[in-house]
Amino acid sequence: MKRAALAGVRIADFCWLWAGAYATGLLAILGAEVIKIESMARVDPSRMMSLTIGKAFEGVDHSPVFNSINLNKLSVKLNLKQPKGVELAKKLVQISDVVSQNMRPGAMDNIGLGYQALKEVKPDIIMLSSSSFGAEGPLRRYGGYAPSFAAYSGLTHLTGYSDAPPNPMTGSTDLMSAATSAFAILAALNHRQNTGQGQLIDLSSVESLAVFTGDALMDYLMNGRVRSRRGNQDDIMAPHNCYRCRGDDKWVSIAVSTDEEWQAFCMVMGNTDWTQDEKFADTYSRWKNRDELDRLVTEWTVNFTHYEVTEMLQKAGIAAFPSLSNQEIFSDPHFKARKLAVEVEHPTMGKQVILGAPWKLSETPAQVTKASPVMGENDEYVFGELLGMPSSEIKQLVDEQVIY
Amino acid sequence: MVLAKFCPQELIIRMPDQALSHLKVLELCNFVCGPYCTKLLADLGAEVVKVEPPRIGDESRRRGPFLNDIPHTERSGLFLYLNTNKLGITLDVKTRTGQSILKELIKQTDIFVEDNLPEKTAELGLTYAELKKINPHLVMTSITPFGQIGPYRNYKAFELNSVHAGGEGYMMPIESTFPTREPVKGGGLVGDCMCGLSASLATLAASYDMKATGIGQHVDVSKQDVLMTMVGLEVAMFTYSGIVRTRHKRKAMMATPKECQDGYIMMSAFGDRDWQVFARFIGKDSWAEEERLNTPMKRWENSDEIDQYVETWAKKHKKNDLFHNLQANALAGAPVNTSEDLVKSPQLEARGFFVEIDHPQAGKLNYPSVSYSLSGTPCNTWRAAPLLGQHNEFVYCGRLGYDKQALVKMLEAGII
Amino acid sequence: MSEQALSHLKVLELCNFVSGPYCTKLLADLGAEVIKVEPPGIGDEARKRAPFLNDIPHPERSGLFLYLNTNKLGITLDIKTTKGRGILKELIKEADILVEDNPPKVIKALGLTYQELQKINPRLVMTSITPFGQTGPYRDYKAYEMNLYHAGGEGYLLPTQSPDLTREPVKAGGLVGDCICGLSSAIATLAGAYNLNETGVGQYIDVSKQDVLMTMVLLEIAMYANMGIVRNRLERPLLMPIPMECQDGYIMISALTDREWQDLVKFMGNPSWASDERFSQWILRHTNGDKINPHIREWTKSYQKDELFHQLQKSALVAAPVNSSEDLVNSAQMEARGFFAEAEHPKAGKLKYPTVPYKLSKTPSKVERAAPLLGQHNESIYCGRLGYTKEELVKLKESGII
Repeated sequence: MKRAALAGVRIADFCWLWAGAYATGLLAILGAEVIKIESMARVDPSRMMSLTIGKAFEGVDHSPVFNSINLNKLSVKLNLKQPKGVELAKKLVQISDVVSQNMRPGAMDNIGLGYQALKEVKPDIIMLSSSSFGAEGPLRRYGGYAPSFAAYSGLTHLTGYSDAPPNPMTGSTDLMSAATSAFAILAALNHRQNTGQGQLIDLSSVESLAVFTGDALMDYLMNGRVRSRRGNQDDIMAPHNCYRCRGDDKWVSIAVSTDEEWQAFCMVMGNTDWTQDEKFADTYSRWKNRDELDRLVTEWTVNFTHYEVTEMLQKAGIAAFPSLSNQEIFSDPHFKARKLAVEVEHPTMGKQVILGAPWKLSETPAQVTKASPVMGENDEYVFGELLGMPSSEIKQLVDEQVIY
Repeated sequence: MVLAKFCPQELIIRMPDQALSHLKVLELCNFVCGPYCTKLLADLGAEVVKVEPPRIGDESRRRGPFLNDIPHTERSGLFLYLNTNKLGITLDVKTRTGQSILKELIKQTDIFVEDNLPEKTAELGLTYAELKKINPHLVMTSITPFGQIGPYRNYKAFELNSVHAGGEGYMMPIESTFPTREPVKGGGLVGDCMCGLSASLATLAASYDMKATGIGQHVDVSKQDVLMTMVGLEVAMFTYSGIVRTRHKRKAMMATPKECQDGYIMMSAFGDRDWQVFARFIGKDSWAEEERLNTPMKRWENSDEIDQYVETWAKKHKKNDLFHNLQANALAGAPVNTSEDLVKSPQLEARGFFVEIDHPQAGKLNYPSVSYSLSGTPCNTWRAAPLLGQHNEFVYCGRLGYDKQALVKMLEAGII
Repeated sequence: MSEQALSHLKVLELCNFVSGPYCTKLLADLGAEVIKVEPPGIGDEARKRAPFLNDIPHPERSGLFLYLNTNKLGITLDIKTTKGRGILKELIKEADILVEDNPPKVIKALGLTYQELQKINPRLVMTSITPFGQTGPYRDYKAYEMNLYHAGGEGYLLPTQSPDLTREPVKAGGLVGDCICGLSSAIATLAGAYNLNETGVGQYIDVSKQDVLMTMVLLEIAMYANMGIVRNRLERPLLMPIPMECQDGYIMISALTDREWQDLVKFMGNPSWASDERFSQWILRHTNGDKINPHIREWTKSYQKDELFHQLQKSALVAAPVNSSEDLVNSAQMEARGFFAEAEHPKAGKLKYPTVPYKLSKTPSKVERAAPLLGQHNESIYCGRLGYTKEELVKLKESGII
């Protein structure tokens, strides 16, 4: 088997829910050994229930949601409400390269696991603290979930139809914040590899989404103008929208950028009269008349399936693609060819389909090697082998509800 | 014409009372020839709006010499020189919107100078026939390699090709001592500039007529034709006497410059009086009296001998000494000057031939100005060549009434 | 630049518009040396896009370009020419990382595949960011951000809680699709750089933007694969799933746990409707969301969004106002975080820019340099690094190579 990019990197993962968990999940797929530190006294809610699916799960090891974002990780039980639990946590940090956590700012410090304390046990430790608003500032103690930090960030305001209320998007915003955390940790790892120095990373989920609205922010910063939502529309491209196709709620996205593409598009549509109208002759005119253009394009697309339109237009060098549902994705030939979806064997749920890494690395492929861990799956390995504790001691700690 | 509210006070567009201040010119040209034509008008006060393709601009922006050899679209000496005193806008005339905006500008202009090949002009919908409809007073000048009609009208040609097509190339270098080597074009930008000059005078004539009668017209300039007229004598020579002129060396007295200690000198002594003075000047008093050399024809016969002597003699002297001494003797002679010689020439200094102009990116530089001085309307107001798109707002918002948002969209759409 | 997290990395960027440039911006903002290669004359597409400073459209005044290209060096080069490619290869020899976003066919036609480049620089980490990746039946498909948002599966789900399916599904706002693809590429690239430092071995990283966007809705996708649940944008029974209207905008409130619900009810003054049996458990509160939400919507209408935000948070309830760019720029929190920083640009002057969402204690990110002017570093790179003379540079310019 090929080497993993982050082989030899160990991460002590105190995160829970989606944003924190997926960040270390990405690093686990890249080969880091990620030890998730959990407790029956404080169970990760994503093990228990899912609003996305709309149900609660029986027990702590039956969540397809948890399984989707904690792949390749190890899990140990450690009750941080107990002083001995905190001590053990420190011992784990001592043999780790990275610590990752997303409790409310100050919480880890209160437990005795703040950056200063951890630096004492491991001077070059890299610690990521991620929170909704960041560790400083007047709102640092405020709480947040994905919809709220998306709202604060400005992204919600920019999403939706121009004549309808703002939209918070799906749980993707959590995963986007997670990707940001993964990036920041990797940057610190690269730095440490080069200099031997660790550091503390203070990450704000609000800001991690705000940076995705750079164009709107610059318009306000430069010109004092407040941008608002505009559906699928673009600054200047037209046609640029989703168009209804044959079938039930089937849509194709079409984007035309140049006059050459437009002419090719007209040819595909048979160069009918309206396509030759002066109103649509160049980018500027098409954009000015985009509403009418959208109506006319729809009159053509409704006659075909979204895949038919895609094929015809792509052949002519035009950007077009169906608006895929989570179901349709699985019949798509390209999706199958890319093998983004992988099957893992889960100890309690059996065969589960999950999505792996969206990148293909030629030397150190990012692979999903195992399902997400059941609670405490690796207690023995971590406490026994890594920390060298005798089994009697481990049993003692189990009884005391430290390993719990 | 009211100055638009977008025009800051320092951007004085109308040069005060110059020879051509009453003319409005729209330029859709590229590189040297067309731009030089409208430069001549701009330098005499005409308002010239130069249309350049968005983002890349005129070809000459990508040509040296670059200030301090730092290649940059706003530092090309060629562009800076050819486009003094013009306003600059960007516009993609390949798009429908671009064409209609150009037509809006044409409605407001007196003269339109363009240099696209005829088939391209037709494709763009900018033929004289079409433009006449929207502006019956329009004087439209088209400058192309071979003109608007004839089997070569859509042939492609650069300056090099045009000069050879015109017939002068074939004959150069004149009196070539290397007849097997290739013929060459004139140096500098002479071919293209001559065509530009020729086009401008035809344009001014048409404009004069238009102001008198109200009727515009199409001025069709073929660069080949212009360059042929520059060697009209040689052409006539053939039709008259069947003589084919080539670059081969023939009998001719001092037809080419003679080498000095520090360069070359060009000397002439045609008439008999001049010859006598010249002969004494070069220390050959006997030649002044000799019957063998007392007519131009006879001197022509003996030109080899004369030239040989003069060549040896000239090498002993410095070119500027010879120049001044020849002239003191009322003889025609002039040094073969380099650009440096010209810039340092006290004559050109006294004439004010070089003027200083300040440019926002290239800074203060000296430029060659004009070769004539008009007593009533001197060329004394100079504005540097425009930055790419510098006057977009002034023209589109100020003149055509577009608002700033529309300008933003037009740029995003690649129209400007 | 002073010692920053990624100061030891040399990156060459051959990208256009948003996604690729955002990827290398992330590296540049942490100190990597990023040389951005732009086509001569016209430059990056983003230079042509609003917002323009004071609405004066100009390639050196595009806020989009200025934002996406902070801290980079900029050169011009026409890689469609043989000489241009030769120069590019000279630069690649000196680089650790190459990020490019050309269609696979084009990279092949240019002779710039990883196989070729590996020969001249065996340590190279090369990242290719394309709509559908380097393999598969769609690899030569064309797609812009909007198409990809829909190809990734999230587009189909937006706007969430739509009353019906008559209107089209939409992409998320801002540049989020392209930026997340850039971010994801940066993750893989840094992993590659880490491995390079450990082992001396470079590699090729193939990023499919569709794949990246799919992983952003991996839950929904896994849901279908494992449980057969098909999702669309139609409204579903949920408690407070979308923002609620206030007097001056919208507020997003979440109450997931029993404790949070009880606190919210208390905050609202214990209205009688809230004591309904049907709302006593979290799962019931969601299935009966359509009965609860209208009450809350009525109640939020009497508040201003910021006022309600702070009051709810003080009661340990999760809420946030739906902020516009203006709100964000004027936010005291953002100010305290120093999220916006000023940088000086030769043409655009002093402007404020959004910075980064993380604070690294030892190697903080800085905007050391504004985005480059077109070709700003041609001389220092070509003459200074590769040894070309100024005269040669002039010829390269005249021939359109640079």
